[in-house]
Amino acid sequence: MSEKSAGPILEVVGINKSFGPVRVLHDVNFRVYPGQVTALIGDNGAGKTTLVKCITGIYPADSGEFRFEGKPVIIHGPRDAAALGLEVVYQDLALCENLDVVQNLFLGRERLRRGLLDEPSMEAATRETLASLSVRTVKSVRQMVSSLSGGQRQTVAIAKAVLWNSKVVLLDEPTAALGVAQTKQVLDLVRRLAAQGLGVVLISHNMNDVLQVSDRVSAMYLGRVAADVPVTADTRREFLVELITAGRSGDVGITNSEVSE
Amino acid sequence: MTSERVSSEAASDFALDSVQHNFRTAVEDFRSRVKSGDLGSLPAILAIVVLVTVFGLARPDSFLTALNFSNFLEQAAAVIVIALAVTFVLLLGDIDLAAGYTAGVSAAVLAIRLQAGWSLPMAVLLSAVVAVSLGLWTGTLVAKLGIPSFVVTLANFLIFQGILLILVKDGGSVRIDNPVITGIVGDNLNPTWSWVVALLGLGAYGAAQLSRRRRSDGATSLALVVARVGLAAVLIVGMVLVLNKNRAFASAASEIRGMPYVIPLVLVIVLILTFVLNRTRYGRHLFAVGGNSEAARRAGINVTRVRLSAFAICGLVAGIGGAFLASRVNSIDPKTGGNDTLLLAVGAAVVGGTSLFGGKGRMVNAVLGGLVLALIPNGLGLVGKAVPFGTVWPFIAVIALFFGLYAVGLLRSRASGASISSEFATRLLTATVFAVGVSTILVRYSDTEIDFSSSGVKFICSGMALLLAASVDAITRRRTA
Repeated sequence: MSEKSAGPILEVVGINKSFGPVRVLHDVNFRVYPGQVTALIGDNGAGKTTLVKCITGIYPADSGEFRFEGKPVIIHGPRDAAALGLEVVYQDLALCENLDVVQNLFLGRERLRRGLLDEPSMEAATRETLASLSVRTVKSVRQMVSSLSGGQRQTVAIAKAVLWNSKVVLLDEPTAALGVAQTKQVLDLVRRLAAQGLGVVLISHNMNDVLQVSDRVSAMYLGRVAADVPVTADTRREFLVELITAGRSGDVGITNSEVSE
Repeated sequence: MTSERVSSEAASDFALDSVQHNFRTAVEDFRSRVKSGDLGSLPAILAIVVLVTVFGLARPDSFLTALNFSNFLEQAAAVIVIALAVTFVLLLGDIDLAAGYTAGVSAAVLAIRLQAGWSLPMAVLLSAVVAVSLGLWTGTLVAKLGIPSFVVTLANFLIFQGILLILVKDGGSVRIDNPVITGIVGDNLNPTWSWVVALLGLGAYGAAQLSRRRRSDGATSLALVVARVGLAAVLIVGMVLVLNKNRAFASAASEIRGMPYVIPLVLVIVLILTFVLNRTRYGRHLFAVGGNSEAARRAGINVTRVRLSAFAICGLVAGIGGAFLASRVNSIDPKTGGNDTLLLAVGAAVVGGTSLFGGKGRMVNAVLGGLVLALIPNGLGLVGKAVPFGTVWPFIAVIALFFGLYAVGLLRSRASGASISSEFATRLLTATVFAVGVSTILVRYSDTEIDFSSSGVKFICSGMALLLAASVDAITRRRTA
């Protein structure tokens, strides 16, 4: 999918954020396109998590602008983010293990009929959502989450995020705790989300995952965006590693003078 | 219908959801649940069967009588209702050690107001307000301030006891004459009404099962529904048949027949609370907060409010239990709700299979657990003085068998590993010392007479039951984690 066919659905322009004397984000620009997987990579402490938390309104940014579907927006907290159609799947997944898949998917937004829980309708919607994501590994939507594998839990958490007609999904290290087969399942799912037209942000440490599923890569280095480049068949793993460890690779990236500013 | 299975097997789209739930799947579900360590209320049901068998064999002419049956149900009622109250906060992973005295204080308010000449509705209303207020007080400290519920309710245990002592002077008591209150535990429906109520209840259960089947598009096979309703019918009809027999002493002037009012009353409370837990959004949120409060918070659930309200409901239901306590002895005193009532109530919920760690449990569990913990003192009281280990050899044979199985199990688990570790030696030594020790004690006291009706023995047995249930709970949790 080319960039020209659609403008960015989410655009972050010139975001600055400091915690006391420590400047964590320097004029960060970040774009998410519909139907594309944008990888956000960077070493520990590069500012990935802070950027995500600024986007979802958990931290207020010091300066800068957020645009959603081309319009400037102000996001005060996760509720505002959810109202726009922006969902985050955190690393700890936030699932209740003592509840089943349906109950988790609809947690906090249960459907009611005559004041009581409308289980059949929620069950049907759960099947529909999982089927639309081509999830083939969950045998029953009434399975307890405690009986699911790590990959299945990740799947459920992602399904929970897309159930609400969300437009942008941010995935924080979705494959960090998974085995080979499960990682593949989740990466396939990430691709399918993009195929459905969602803007997907994949935060990852794993360069193989990034190269496998991403359309674009934003590499962060010491609070700055070192590069925002499309991923092609020629993109090498070493190139990405250099970007996140040194901030530049060849003629792409930031110069040392910029960093010491 | 939850179908929990380890799903590492071949995958397909919701394969289990398209399978009709019938006898075979029900049995499979049950087996896989037990295998995964989730015993639910199975231990409580087994305990009831074992206790009834043991006491029935020991004292067939006093334990297995209609009089003792109704007496036992009346003993269990108050503990069960307070256990229902405690279950609400246990689901959150909290605990209420003061629920017994919440019951005591609200019963005292009720009794004092009735004696002061208030009308019944007004006295009940004030008593309910007091019960809810006590719950809100606990809830505020736990939910808003964030003090662990264990500490808050331990303090409340003293505070509420103090309030009760002030309301009812030390050593004093307040009589209750109101026929409605004294009738809760003590009066019976007449035999005809007993049948009417029993059949209505059975009909309602059957209708509920059928409507659930309809709602889920026949996911449960009709045979399974019929079997469930049939089992309920056998239990209910059997109970009414026994309770409708005359259970007065032969020399008594009048007959005593029929179902005690407490039975339908307790069942109605169970029904209402189960409905709240399973069919309302509030109930769902309660489970969610108990399972993972951070996930619940992120899902937009007001965790503080859920906690606070759970404690308020706990207070209210405990207050109802207080009325049951007072009704049984037609008076209240500074010990009402104290003594063993308190711990039996918490114990009943846990023995029934409600988890101490939150997020897992049902209202029916409290009923089953309450029955177990009421059976122990009831049966032991009737057994009275006895030489328990007259023939000591069967017991020792059982211990030897268990020891043998354990040792073989240990050896087999070591069979793959080459060396015998020090851990293995320690375990084997511990088991040996335990087996020999218990056998020695059995032989030493084999001809000693023990008074099983003494409070000491009763307390030890109830405490052991609670410990056993809590360890099952803890082991389950470790296994699933």
